[in-house]
Amino acid sequence: MRILSIKDILFKRLLFVAALLILLICAGIVYTLVSGSYGTFVRFGFFHFITSTAWNPTIGHENYGALSFIVGTLLTAFVALLLCLPFSLPVALFTGEYFRGKKIASIISSVINLLAGIPSIVYGLWGFYTLRPIMNHLGWGQQGFGLLTSAIVLAIMIIPYASSLSSEFISMVPKDLKESAYSLGATRLEVIKNVTFPVAGMGIFASYVLALGRALGETMAVTMLIGNTNNLPTSITATGNTMASIIANQFGEADGLKLSSLIALGLLLFLITAIINFIGKMIMKKFAA
Amino acid sequence: MKIVNSLLLATVAIAMVACGSGKKQQSTLSLAGAGGTFPLPYYTLAFKTYQDSNNVNVTYGGIGSGGGIRSLKDQVVDFGASDAFLSDKEMATMSPVIHIPTCMGAVVLAYNLPQVKNLKLTGDIIADIYLGKITKWNDPKIKAINAGTVFPNKKIIPVYRSDGSGTTYIFSDFMSKVSPEWKNSIGTGKSLKWSVGMASKGNPGVAGTIMQTDGAFGYVGSEYAFAQKIAYAQIKNALGEFVVPNTESISKAALGDMPADTRCMITNSSAPGAYPISCFTWILIYKEQYYKNRTMQQAQGTVNLIHWMLGPEAQGMTEKVNYVPLPAKVIANAEAQLAEVTYKGRLLTVGSKAKSAALTK
Repeated sequence: MRILSIKDILFKRLLFVAALLILLICAGIVYTLVSGSYGTFVRFGFFHFITSTAWNPTIGHENYGALSFIVGTLLTAFVALLLCLPFSLPVALFTGEYFRGKKIASIISSVINLLAGIPSIVYGLWGFYTLRPIMNHLGWGQQGFGLLTSAIVLAIMIIPYASSLSSEFISMVPKDLKESAYSLGATRLEVIKNVTFPVAGMGIFASYVLALGRALGETMAVTMLIGNTNNLPTSITATGNTMASIIANQFGEADGLKLSSLIALGLLLFLITAIINFIGKMIMKKFAA
Repeated sequence: MKIVNSLLLATVAIAMVACGSGKKQQSTLSLAGAGGTFPLPYYTLAFKTYQDSNNVNVTYGGIGSGGGIRSLKDQVVDFGASDAFLSDKEMATMSPVIHIPTCMGAVVLAYNLPQVKNLKLTGDIIADIYLGKITKWNDPKIKAINAGTVFPNKKIIPVYRSDGSGTTYIFSDFMSKVSPEWKNSIGTGKSLKWSVGMASKGNPGVAGTIMQTDGAFGYVGSEYAFAQKIAYAQIKNALGEFVVPNTESISKAALGDMPADTRCMITNSSAPGAYPISCFTWILIYKEQYYKNRTMQQAQGTVNLIHWMLGPEAQGMTEKVNYVPLPAKVIANAEAQLAEVTYKGRLLTVGSKAKSAALTK
């Protein structure tokens, strides 16, 4: 018995250290971001920085603002979410409701989950060599580059995140509820519309919030397709830059105020992602209660 | 307390493992450098060759020119490498640093017009394209200097680098020298504010976009363009000659007037036959090699390595990876500087020209 209790204590300590370490790392990241971006916020002011569309790295005329990239990030992520909806929701219904527990459902869901395992550079290359010429042919975007092109690729990338979680929530809808609806003469479509969605709705919503978080931070595929121009996007097919893509592009040779501004963008992205995750968690909590 | 102890133990264990692996190589001298990515393919090849025949371990980190200068400033490397020389202001903040050019390269203007061979361009036309004033390939200004060539009525799509880059710096330095309008509106820098065109990341990105896009036009590092066999233009140099970028014409750019410490941009060179958008890349070392407890062996090893880099074996290797060797005049210049390197105030031996310590003070 004594040996067991020592093991128990050791295990507890180990867990404590692991948890503490994660907290410390997170705090370290926040500290680095804040201290690194301090110079920019002092120079331009927090509100001016997030509302300015300027991005001029010419020495002597240096002026940096984050608005173009915040808009680019939110626009690509939300359009991607919208585009992934008509694919991920049917998949979730298929695997979580119509064919729940069947072999075909498990095959389809594992194929969809495979999408999550493809490296983003592969999505980027596919977009560059396959999707871009199509977009160019259709006359969308500048030579096929643009927010829409990256949003389409992002949509494909986030389908597995959205569909697998919503499928879980859909399959969790109590059988009694559905059966009572059937007994009242409801068709399957009516059951989905009036029972499944209202019950699982919040959970489905939360899974889309998590998928959105994934879309916000994606870098490589977006960098290859968005066109990388530092301006406020004027339309959905225009070229632009997201916060992640401009950091990926400019960080290597940046110094001084520019480096500080890029780190400030990183901090803003961190905040936006944190807020979105927080909202997602709140909604899930509400759903569970 | 226990947690702290176990953490300490783990740290000590890791440190011991690290020391253990270090000890094995004690007989081999290790040199470390960091800097630009532009010469990385050449340095990788050269250092590997040197390592194989000299029992000296040379590591090089391609972290960007800015990072290379920072590493030398922090005295964490034996040598730094940069595509840009240190400004007087930067020099003033460090102990004396010498610049040793190691090889040359250029920036070429690549284009995608399958029908057009031997395109000729001037700085003014390039400026007009990037400023959005010339938008079609059959613009009268382009036709005027390309007599006999038929141009399609196609839109010109200028492409530029989305990432900060020495390539952009060299290109914009040349453009600012030849076009006052460029100087005022775009300027010189590693990343710039552009008004028209598309952006792509890295030389592969720009070259890829040009090759895929009909009518595209953009600047690419010569080491990448030569390897890719992409079509590029002849550029008008300071003497009014239209010059094709190749080993010979890029090398000639270093024959113009130059300060003894080689700290200058050789764009728009006044030498005949010179390709105007050429550049050096430098290795930077401290003139006084004793810092941060470096040993005499390390100091001598660094000088030996750099001397070898200036020799025929290393210079002959440049063309294999699409760089350009230094002309004899520049090598003499660099050797003269290398001869002044000291360790604790005493001159180090460079190559066969043994300079004994007695010759100095």
